[in-house]
Amino acid sequence: MRITVSVNGQPHTRDVEPRLLLVHFLRDELGLTGTHWGCDTSNCGVCTVQLDGVPVKSCTVLAVMADGHEVTTVEGLERDGELDAVQKGFVECHGLQCGFCTPGMLLTARRLLDTVPDPDEGQIREAISGQLCRCTGYENIVRSIRWAAAAEGEARR
Amino acid sequence: MSHGRMHRKEDARFIRGRGNYTDDVRLPGMLYGAILRSPYAHARIVSVDASAAEAHPKVRAVIIGQTLAGLGLAWMPTLSRDTQAVLATDKVRFQGQEVAFVVAEDAYSARDALELIDVEYEPLDAVIDARKALDPDAPVIRDDLEGRTDNHVFDWEAGDGERADALFAQAEVTVAQDMLYPRVHPAPLETCGAVADFDKVTGKLTVWCPTQAPHAHRTLYAMVAGLPEHKIRVISPDIGGGFGGKVGIYPGYVCAIVGSIVTGRPVKWMEDRSENLMSTSFARDYHMRGEIAATRDGRIRAIRVKVLADHGAFNGTAQPTKFPAGFFHVFSGSYDIEAAHCAVTGVYTNKAPGGVAYACSFRITEAVYLVERMVDVLAAELGMDPAELRLRNLIRPEQFPYRSPTGWEYDSGDYPRALRLAMDLAGYDKLRAEQADRRARGELMGIGVSFFTEAVGAGPRKHMDILGLGMADGAELRVHPTGKAVLRVSCQTQGQGHETTFAQIVGQELGIPADDVEVVHGDTDQTPFGLGTYGSRSTPVSGAAAAIVSRKVRERARIVAAAMLEASPDDLEWADGRWAVVGDPATGRSMAEIALAAHSDLELPEGVEGHLDAVTVYNPPNLTYPFGAYICVVDVDPGTGQVKVRRFVAVDDCGVRINPMIVEGQIHGGLADGIGMALMQVMAFDEDGNHLGASFMDYLLPTAMECPSWELGETVTPSPTHPIGAKGVGESATVGSPAAVVNAVVDALAPYGVRHADMPLTPANVWRVINGNPFRTDLAIP
Repeated sequence: MRITVSVNGQPHTRDVEPRLLLVHFLRDELGLTGTHWGCDTSNCGVCTVQLDGVPVKSCTVLAVMADGHEVTTVEGLERDGELDAVQKGFVECHGLQCGFCTPGMLLTARRLLDTVPDPDEGQIREAISGQLCRCTGYENIVRSIRWAAAAEGEARR
Repeated sequence: MSHGRMHRKEDARFIRGRGNYTDDVRLPGMLYGAILRSPYAHARIVSVDASAAEAHPKVRAVIIGQTLAGLGLAWMPTLSRDTQAVLATDKVRFQGQEVAFVVAEDAYSARDALELIDVEYEPLDAVIDARKALDPDAPVIRDDLEGRTDNHVFDWEAGDGERADALFAQAEVTVAQDMLYPRVHPAPLETCGAVADFDKVTGKLTVWCPTQAPHAHRTLYAMVAGLPEHKIRVISPDIGGGFGGKVGIYPGYVCAIVGSIVTGRPVKWMEDRSENLMSTSFARDYHMRGEIAATRDGRIRAIRVKVLADHGAFNGTAQPTKFPAGFFHVFSGSYDIEAAHCAVTGVYTNKAPGGVAYACSFRITEAVYLVERMVDVLAAELGMDPAELRLRNLIRPEQFPYRSPTGWEYDSGDYPRALRLAMDLAGYDKLRAEQADRRARGELMGIGVSFFTEAVGAGPRKHMDILGLGMADGAELRVHPTGKAVLRVSCQTQGQGHETTFAQIVGQELGIPADDVEVVHGDTDQTPFGLGTYGSRSTPVSGAAAAIVSRKVRERARIVAAAMLEASPDDLEWADGRWAVVGDPATGRSMAEIALAAHSDLELPEGVEGHLDAVTVYNPPNLTYPFGAYICVVDVDPGTGQVKVRRFVAVDDCGVRINPMIVEGQIHGGLADGIGMALMQVMAFDEDGNHLGASFMDYLLPTAMECPSWELGETVTPSPTHPIGAKGVGESATVGSPAAVVNAVVDALAPYGVRHADMPLTPANVWRVINGNPFRTDLAIP
């Protein structure tokens, strides 16, 4: 099938098999390997991307379902050489170790702050509860997102 | 100076999605592999017909056991000197075992073609319950081994049994408890896989693979495949978590290599999550019976343990050769005990091979869990507070170096101080008072204490090797003319932040910023030989190597600086990161100045060749012994059996902390592991050997909702044997935390007369424990 998906603001047209998963479309067709694959069952969330601004697990979305839609991956977070606040937060607060869950966590964090600019710890934990991290015990991910919220709050003032 | 909190150098690529994991490797003309696996736990292979798969238009090769047998590659050695089938030829011995390998133009087609392979099996009775593996009528799993008539792997013991028995015979109090440390899987979020590229023209094989031990892999490939070792390059790129599950060589790696040799093209194979959980290295599976002999006032005198160790279908544990039960014999723990004895029997079962993985420090997880549970059982018997009982028995600071009853020499520590600090941070007395109030209201609140001593940094070459390769690690340090440095190390990070920590070590020793030090690792063509990263050994071994090679460079720099200053090297002192004439700091020469001089036309003293570069191999004189005190607070819902971890206080002492931020991160992760293993991660088997935890829908891992906000404390007792006083920390929290969680749950259930319950304490299990009907967590629910 011929599909056109806008990824990080760039339209991409490809002929794909109907069964092709979005995660493989991004990784193999477009070479955007920042989106990872981890479990096939929507449990781990390392494949999380934003579809029209909403986090989805790209291992359980077919590429053809993204036809005509806007996808944001981790590669799209940095704008004009400026890191997103959530990216800075993860560095500041040691919110990552092996880095495998990080892209998905960043995209969920970005969505959370877009909808809840000043989330408390409970809201952050709930927002990332569909994603696994095996390294950090989540503590520093929570702190990273709080850091990003504070930084953006500061910038708004 | 360079030690201290510092943001990680590796983060820049990871936050941009620019990491380079094995599955991100893409080579021109690359093919894709997939493995056909056995649906049976135990079956004879009658026939394998791959003709339909071979006829698939996108398939380039199908490799079956017989193909490999023709090449002498159907079996490979394990890290415990057993053999393991690469692709089954005679029988399959666990569900998920590798049977055939398809190589195709794309990953989806390779999977499609698996469906076209016709394997006829003759199912056999399976040995699933380890406790029945040695029954006289048990089916013999390893009939491939000459003369084998049972499922016995080894018997091993440590300590002084007679002395322990004598103390038990005269003891005022004895307690005994059966307990299971169930099979668990480390489940890194990146599964295992490999990209193999064999260049027929040069004869060079390059393998990208998320291995924690790239050099050991290269040597083993040379031994297994007969390829010359200098023609093998193993590249371990970024690794998405390892936790010990990425130490060994899996059949898929060998298949990818054979696939590349056969097709002449690069071959990528990545396993899926079910394959990962079903076939790669599990951990634990220790059926233990512990006993303690004590005085009535709570002085522990002797401890005995009998272990039945389930090793699966092939003995594939990774540990120093001399120790088939790993370092389990450190089970006398943190206590000053007169006598200790353990006897371990290993058995084969129809389950995946492995056994040493998941941040276990070579079975110290099992040992610590055993002793910490036993101390709580004793506390219950004596009606004594478990923290008080521990304080009464902990090794005292003045006893270090402490010779344990099973022969370990603990290097340094102040154990009571760590436990008291944890109790202060937790507000222990207040918690006990709250618990009493809640109990009076019928609420189930539990407080669990654990204390652990680890033995990490394997290890002294005289005693420790894997397949004959001594566990010493190399380091090479180059200092460029402008004073920037490149450190090459044999260990391999899986998220521990080596690129940062090791740069800090070098920076500290050379007086240059850590940002001026590049750390190269994970490529056998670029780094010196060494056994890699596991058992918390990177900082104790490679970190020591990094410090020592830096000091060698510094000594060379002293000679060059002396020539620059027209002084004798003996007249120089190292201060504030410069070599200067004693008492005249104005003469100080920085490493950058000295490095430039070392490359210049400066007249160098006799015996100095120029440049500052150095190499070293670090052979640890002893292990290092990090320790810690943990307190966990839980609330249990009596109606559902749901356990909620309310608080977790962790005091760790890992000696000198090079980068405290990274150390704390390591501890956080290990604490989450402890909660997962203690409460959630079920890896049970039904009577046919079906794996009931083969996806993340069944094998539950902790999320941010199950984890509390960790409360950390620290004490610092430097290691006397490590050049910078550091001990390892990567596995400390995984080792120490499960016992704290289980002790807390059992404490909460005390009103029901419960003294023990096996992990994982899922709601169903806890509810049944409350109702006096616990089930075996290693088998399907009866």
